[in-house]
Amino acid sequence: MSDAAQLTRSGGGEVPSARSHGGPDRQFISFRVAGQEYGVDIMSVREIKGWSETTMLPHSPHYMRGVLNLRGAIVPVFDLRARFGGGGTETSKTHVVIIVAVEGRTIGMLVDAVSDILTACGDDIRPVPDTGDGAEHDFIKGLFSVGERMVALLDVARLFDIECVDAATGQPAR
Amino acid sequence: MATEDDFRSAYFDECAELVEELETGLTALDEGDRDRDVIDAVFRAVHSIKGGAGMFALDDLVRFAHSFETTLDMVRDGALTLDKGNIRLFLQAADMLSALVDATRDGEELPLAQAGIISASLEALATGGVDGPPSTGHPTGNDDEVGDFFDAPPDPADTGEGEGFGFFGDPQPSSADAVPAAEVAVSGDGRGSDDDAGWGLFLDETSPVQTAASAPPAGGESRRRPARGAAGNQSIRVDLDKIDSLVNQVGELVITQAVLKQQATDLPVERFAGLIQGLEDLALQTRELQESVMAVRAQPVKSVFSRMPRLVRELAQALGKEARLVLSGEATEVDKTVIEELADPLTHMIRNSMDHGLETPAERCAAGKPAAGTIHLGAEQRSGRILITVSDDGRGINRERVLEKARAGGIVAGDAVPSNEDIDQMIFAPGFSTAAAVSDVSGRGVGMDVVKRKIQDLGGRISISSMPGQGTRFTLMLPLTLAVLDGMIVRVGQERYIIPISAIVESLRPRAGDIHVLPGGATVMQMRGTCLPLVFLCHRFGIADARTDPGEALVIVVETEDGGATGVVVDDLIGQQQVVIKSLETNYRRVDGVAGATILGNGLVALILDVDALKELSDNGACTGRSSLLLESSEVH
Repeated sequence: MSDAAQLTRSGGGEVPSARSHGGPDRQFISFRVAGQEYGVDIMSVREIKGWSETTMLPHSPHYMRGVLNLRGAIVPVFDLRARFGGGGTETSKTHVVIIVAVEGRTIGMLVDAVSDILTACGDDIRPVPDTGDGAEHDFIKGLFSVGERMVALLDVARLFDIECVDAATGQPAR
Repeated sequence: MATEDDFRSAYFDECAELVEELETGLTALDEGDRDRDVIDAVFRAVHSIKGGAGMFALDDLVRFAHSFETTLDMVRDGALTLDKGNIRLFLQAADMLSALVDATRDGEELPLAQAGIISASLEALATGGVDGPPSTGHPTGNDDEVGDFFDAPPDPADTGEGEGFGFFGDPQPSSADAVPAAEVAVSGDGRGSDDDAGWGLFLDETSPVQTAASAPPAGGESRRRPARGAAGNQSIRVDLDKIDSLVNQVGELVITQAVLKQQATDLPVERFAGLIQGLEDLALQTRELQESVMAVRAQPVKSVFSRMPRLVRELAQALGKEARLVLSGEATEVDKTVIEELADPLTHMIRNSMDHGLETPAERCAAGKPAAGTIHLGAEQRSGRILITVSDDGRGINRERVLEKARAGGIVAGDAVPSNEDIDQMIFAPGFSTAAAVSDVSGRGVGMDVVKRKIQDLGGRISISSMPGQGTRFTLMLPLTLAVLDGMIVRVGQERYIIPISAIVESLRPRAGDIHVLPGGATVMQMRGTCLPLVFLCHRFGIADARTDPGEALVIVVETEDGGATGVVVDDLIGQQQVVIKSLETNYRRVDGVAGATILGNGLVALILDVDALKELSDNGACTGRSSLLLESSEVH
């Protein structure tokens, strides 16, 4: 909770809002991966930190970048660019790891840059249209437009569902 | 917020302690101690269990505890004298009380029928005691004197044990003799240790400990329960989660401190003298803090040792043997988790000693030994580890039989002549047993191999030594805690891994001629006539830029849980270090070949290898000199 509050303060910049309709306001952290903008619920974000070397884990999916030490906790880091079908991120000092809490686990997402904090109420978020090409997008829970930009809101729980990870690698779940 | 469930679970926790106290007290009485404090402690334990049971309306428990308490009360008042027969009944009652408590806690059906029989005996004893001489047939005069003795004001100075024992000591030998052999399970009637001293191979060594820690005290003091001491023994109940979180936080502090220390090594001493000194102090204080916090989790092994006398009593009865259990070093402290994990292997080893080790009274007499065998269970701290020994003065390992079985089971080649030590080690092979018949007690195929695996899982080691006709001794070496581990840091390419020291046998740089690639691609290494499968970490884990030529690399020979050995190929040894164990599963999931992770001095995560799993990953049916161990396990125990 305090993390979130801090982020709001330090996020700076204009906070775009569209509170014309009813429904509770929700805030998202938006970030860029391979030119596209994504958002995650601010309540799940624990921390944002610069990229640091991780320790490789054997027998892991290609988008699993290894584990890092977050003040004594061992946290897995996933490369979102690779997760979304791009190649692995060529990491530099400017890359960022967003630490999120998902269903009792703490995980890191490697992204290109964090851009904004967005506020939306329920009505602003539109469902993902059926593109009909069978593309995997069940980890996107909605789309949100801010002016010219379109932000895909991620369902982090689905994105890093352990079953999914295992299915992706063909490895038995635990 | 405390709910009734919390109270209930607190009650059962307390019951466990009370049962332990009860057991200790009765064992002391059984060994001839007649200290008033001991009798009081026994009474109080039963009374407290009853009181709590009343609060939760556990009527069956209350009823049983009440009849037990009533009888004990008479002992307290001196209306009933203690003798071997009574004490044995009390011990049975204590076992029953413990069973009732457990069943109530777990919501299982209570063994009410047996409880009824015991409580009827207790009541008979109580009424007998009031009405006249107890059924055990002591002269009434003796009872009266005893009564007087206890009725006297409890002046501590006056409670001269010597005198007290005089009263009570007398009837013992005769009544002990009158008791059927199989029932004198844990007898401590003073004579035992003298008789034993001369011939027990292992007991010779341990007898000083024995006398100090557990022989029936002439002066009662050494036996006095520490918990019964005066003030200065205050304790509070703390939720284990709180302690664990404390342990974790200190673990993090240790890592941070290691990171700081590493970064400070580059600083010029002349400019940063104060800072460097401060960091050194910090290192010292951190280590002390870690030790103190670990000490909070530490508990005396007594809590598991104290379950064993009951086991020995029951087994003695079931097997028709006489046995005496001597405990030493019960105050040795180990981490709570280690203690919990220790109960099963210890139980198994005691069973093993009772069943296979000790002979029947007739056999023992024929061999010129006292009819009652002795099992010694001892603990001591040795250089940061705990050493637990289980020794018996039984027949020792029958090496011919073992070898015969091993040959039949294909564990050794028909013409091989293993050394005596090697033969002894064979009892740890999976599925191995020499028991001629499957008995109730041991011999269901879960043998010493399970014990060995469990001990290895705990990061420990087990060894055995045996002398035919003289006895067998098992020695367990265990870490004091499961939160840290002695590890060897190895390098493969740019990656660093930790191999638990407990698994490492040796490391060597093989000659090129010793390495052979088998058809199918598996690589093996010849070493002193055996042939080890090699695991290339770089291949297994997909690490680039590692040395793949085994001639240049280093082979670390590790022992796996089936007793076999595997060579792990790495680039280099970096050094030995105590590491804090972290789980990968907390935030991710289990990874094959990895037992956990830790954080190195540079702040990076290093993986702790699971050597057993590595072997399995590599096990593709190639030359595994030992895999025959797994096949054809001989007749199940």
